[in-house]
Amino acid sequence: MTDISSASQPSATSAAGGTPPAAPRRGRVRSQSRWWSAWMFLAPALLLFIYFKFVPMGEGIRMSFQDVSPFLGNSWVGWDNYTTVLTNARFHQAVWNTLVLGAGQSIGAVVIGFILALLLEGPSRTLWFVRTAVFLPVVTASAVVGEIWRIIYFPSPDGFMNKLIGLVGIDPIRYLEDTSVALYAVMTVGIWSSAPYYMVIFLAGLAGVDRSLYEAAAIDGARLRHRIINVTIPALRPAIMIVSILAAVRALRIFTDVWVLTGGGPAGSTQVWMTQIYTQGFERNNLGVASAASILLLIASVLLTVVAVYFTRNKEGA
Amino acid sequence: MSQSFSPPAARKRRQQKSVEGTLDTAFGWAIGDPKSMIVRAVFCALLLFVFAGPIMTIIVGAFDLNPDPTALTLWPHNPSLENFRVATGRGIWGYFANSLFIAGFGLLLQIIVAVMAGYALARRKFYGQTVVLGIFLATMMLPEEVVAVPLAVVLGDLPLLGISIRGTIFAIILPVAASAFSILVMAAFMRDIPEEIIEAARIDGASEFRILLQVILPMSLPALGVVAIFGFNGIWDQYLLPLVAANRTDDYTITVILRSLRADIEVGTGALLAGAFLALIPSLIVYLLLQKSLVRGMTSGAIKG
Repeated sequence: MTDISSASQPSATSAAGGTPPAAPRRGRVRSQSRWWSAWMFLAPALLLFIYFKFVPMGEGIRMSFQDVSPFLGNSWVGWDNYTTVLTNARFHQAVWNTLVLGAGQSIGAVVIGFILALLLEGPSRTLWFVRTAVFLPVVTASAVVGEIWRIIYFPSPDGFMNKLIGLVGIDPIRYLEDTSVALYAVMTVGIWSSAPYYMVIFLAGLAGVDRSLYEAAAIDGARLRHRIINVTIPALRPAIMIVSILAAVRALRIFTDVWVLTGGGPAGSTQVWMTQIYTQGFERNNLGVASAASILLLIASVLLTVVAVYFTRNKEGA
Repeated sequence: MSQSFSPPAARKRRQQKSVEGTLDTAFGWAIGDPKSMIVRAVFCALLLFVFAGPIMTIIVGAFDLNPDPTALTLWPHNPSLENFRVATGRGIWGYFANSLFIAGFGLLLQIIVAVMAGYALARRKFYGQTVVLGIFLATMMLPEEVVAVPLAVVLGDLPLLGISIRGTIFAIILPVAASAFSILVMAAFMRDIPEEIIEAARIDGASEFRILLQVILPMSLPALGVVAIFGFNGIWDQYLLPLVAANRTDDYTITVILRSLRADIEVGTGALLAGAFLALIPSLIVYLLLQKSLVRGMTSGAIKG
């Protein structure tokens, strides 16, 4: 059983990479004749995907060109909803916030994840325990993460974080209520809850680094800093690439963290694309405008993924 | 033990090696060196405080009678179950039951769907295979956030059937029941099961379903572990879907109700922490049970959409 599990790992990579499945060895005539049974096995997945992914997407495209009103009936409005989204000041701010939050959070989480991996690399049981504990924020539901950080960020001078920064002489901050701080407070929570995820991926990468390279670096008298820059980071480049793409694509559709922590406030200073869609769609019932914004988000994430995949493929080929 | 039997030369080499332990990790941690050990211990303590500390305060705080949010602590001062009594008054167990039922039933469905589709992709040759794979990969580009708005409309009026499942648990379970990630993990694993074993079962006259259930499934336990932990975490972490699929607040899950619990000025931080505790514990248990599967799934390069 263990043999099978280790043998399967490389092929998991190829499946996710989009390689068509290897053709199974030719079966007997009897199994070939029941070609339809493959579709029977695929039916539940395909039906569920059609009903809950593709039909909603089609519906979303349709509604994005309509003025949706449940009682009067929908009417076609052409590109009006898109114009509304693209000219709306709130959406402009949301784009900016999403980009700042996404970039800061992705870079922060990848860098911190890398540092965590460096600090916690090693075979000892104690380190395994510390790694297990450090990973907890990743498996904790975002809603719970948001609530605990709201308590940590409690704005009064005797709030936990304020007491902590008070130790080094910084004045109390109203983290989630100060328009100039709130976005960074949200960013910190995002980094906190995703950095350990990237740590695990980097740890797997570190385990594969050729130890003789460290030896060679030591013989050359390279300092630790140079060793990490010249040996470790180049060896981890594929992992860093994958992790950065993952982080960036995820950051585009960030919702729960922001919604629980600030709800988009104060004064829209943490309003991101998804919270704006939610507000438009479910609080103001502007389903047409919200659909148009959703389609734009879809286009943006597909473009980002395609560009990222294209660049990583090229790098690998070179 | 083996050290005491090793000849002096070998022991000396091992000692030298332990100073050179600096070559075993990227950061060059020396294993025997006390200075290196102390620095590392300090870092570990700091990281535990930063990353595990906040989680611990939820667990401790839930059982501590602390009326205000400035009293975060790692040690209960007034151990009590009062927080849970207050939270019970707000119907917290109902929401908890909603969550457990959705996660349990949703995960079961997700596993069944993934096993079936994975089997077809990995072991059967049929016309349109590449298209099906393309469809599965495409769904990874359509996360629930992107389709949330139209999905809420579709859930209220299912096409062809013309019924509304909004406000029922099916509105949350069915959209998460098929996961391309789970299907691809199962397919990748099943592809490596030797054809001879399946062929032997086929010659014995076993039906397709029986081959899947009694031959392939027992051999696929490691992949099932990966699907289980990712599936559970994915469903338990759902926030937007339960929010938009609900008709009334009674339909909410425990993660969604936390926000209302906080906004309720009469219940205080203690009850909120009790709710957060309930929302935390199932994912904690599943994580500790399936930690190995989680790491395997993350590092096998299978990309989560």
